[in-house]
Amino acid sequence: MSAVTKEQAAATDTTAPVSALPKMKGRKVCVHYGEKQALFDVDIDILDKQVTALIGPSGCGKSTFLRCLNRMNDVVDICRVSGDVTLDDGDIYDSKVDVVHLRARVGMVFQKPNPFPKTIFENIAYGPRIHGLAKDKTTLEETVEKSLRRAGLWEEVKDRLDQPGTGLSGGQQQRLCIARAIAVEPEVILMDEPCSALDPIATATIEDLIHELRENFTIAIVTHSMQQAARVSQKTAFFHLGKLIEYGDTEQIFTNPKQEKTQGYITGRFG
Amino acid sequence: MTVDSGHIVAAYDDEMQQLTRLFSRMGGLAEKQLAEALTAVERRDLDLAGTVKDSDRAIDDLEHEIDALVLRMLALRQPVANDLRYIISTLRTAADIERIGDYAKNIGKRTIAMSSVGTPPMVRGVVRLGRLVQNMLKKVLDAYAQGDIQKAVEVWEADEEVDSLHTSLFRELLTYMMEDPRHITPCTHMLFIAKNLERIGDHATNIAETVHYHVEGVPLAERRPKADASNYAVVTPGEETDK
Repeated sequence: MSAVTKEQAAATDTTAPVSALPKMKGRKVCVHYGEKQALFDVDIDILDKQVTALIGPSGCGKSTFLRCLNRMNDVVDICRVSGDVTLDDGDIYDSKVDVVHLRARVGMVFQKPNPFPKTIFENIAYGPRIHGLAKDKTTLEETVEKSLRRAGLWEEVKDRLDQPGTGLSGGQQQRLCIARAIAVEPEVILMDEPCSALDPIATATIEDLIHELRENFTIAIVTHSMQQAARVSQKTAFFHLGKLIEYGDTEQIFTNPKQEKTQGYITGRFG
Repeated sequence: MTVDSGHIVAAYDDEMQQLTRLFSRMGGLAEKQLAEALTAVERRDLDLAGTVKDSDRAIDDLEHEIDALVLRMLALRQPVANDLRYIISTLRTAADIERIGDYAKNIGKRTIAMSSVGTPPMVRGVVRLGRLVQNMLKKVLDAYAQGDIQKAVEVWEADEEVDSLHTSLFRELLTYMMEDPRHITPCTHMLFIAKNLERIGDHATNIAETVHYHVEGVPLAERRPKADASNYAVVTPGEETDK
């Protein structure tokens, strides 16, 4: 078999396991909120340029884990994180790590679109400006256009960049937030239920966008919609009561899960 | 964990149970059809052959019901994991059963056709092949209902015996035809009956493979042992058969 046909075979073989190098690693990650333990010894790899979906019933710890990946839990006073979380093998909880810099490398998109009460342009320009990524006005304008294009929003907003971001529709606002997140050229994007406030069409647009963003970014997404996890991700992790129950290729999780609990949850037997 | 219980949405369980009921009824009918078709051949019972011919409709109707229910479940429930595997396996197996029904019906028709041309030869051999296939069908439907992989694999392996029996019947029937041209009509019908039975055996092995997929989530890996050489069988006048 020639090299080309081998590649073709690999591309069409949907049963081939997903493999890529880990971009981020969690090892024995535990989280306590005060006395209450929310996560128990979670070991997981977030693979480079892949989409990893975190699923599980409410309170299972999936969002808590996601928030460990860019130290968003630091802002919660009673929250205590132990274990190791690394980004490119560097410990992100090291005391020398600049959290602002870390969050520029590991960006986040939230459940509810939360654009700044500023113009569309300023929403995108804010990050590159404070991180000193744009040396002049032209570069900044280029960055704004590039980010909006990557988020699939440019054509819809290019004539009204000076209008407030809050005037956009819900789906457009969420894409604006994604554009804002990617404007600082992060390596990883965390998404915490990014479509839960959107209608099916806006959801489909975001899912399509996630698919395209995977070319350049590593993505971890928390979602309550199992169908969405199945549609957008290559790897799926199932959490239950603070424990990682199963982690595997998305196709395997949804056709042939190894754990009874995973099967019970995804087939709608408990939640 | 069985597929037809425990869903938060109780209507989903009801649909699963309905699917299982329709499928068991369909499987039961196919078994009955095959058994009666063989009895009709064995006893040259034209009434029974007529019944077999007319009863196939019920199996076809059940297949349509299963198709409709599966379509509905896929659209409304978006099943995953073992639920998805069960639903898809049932859809696929229903198609196998429908074909089995058609073959049984065809045996009934040929039994009626042969009645006007004297005693067909090789009835015992063909019926023996039929009983073998009938056992496979019964066993594989049990395996399906119980999710019993061991049984399914036994059926899968038994098809080799069916194939070799079919090949030897094929050669013998050719020899009969060479002996006397008046044998050609009944022998040709017997050939087709044997072929129908061999095909039913193949569908039983399909079902066995489906059971494996449903239970384990992966296809049966190895290639099935095959012994059907009738595709290549040639008998020339004066040659001894190898019985």
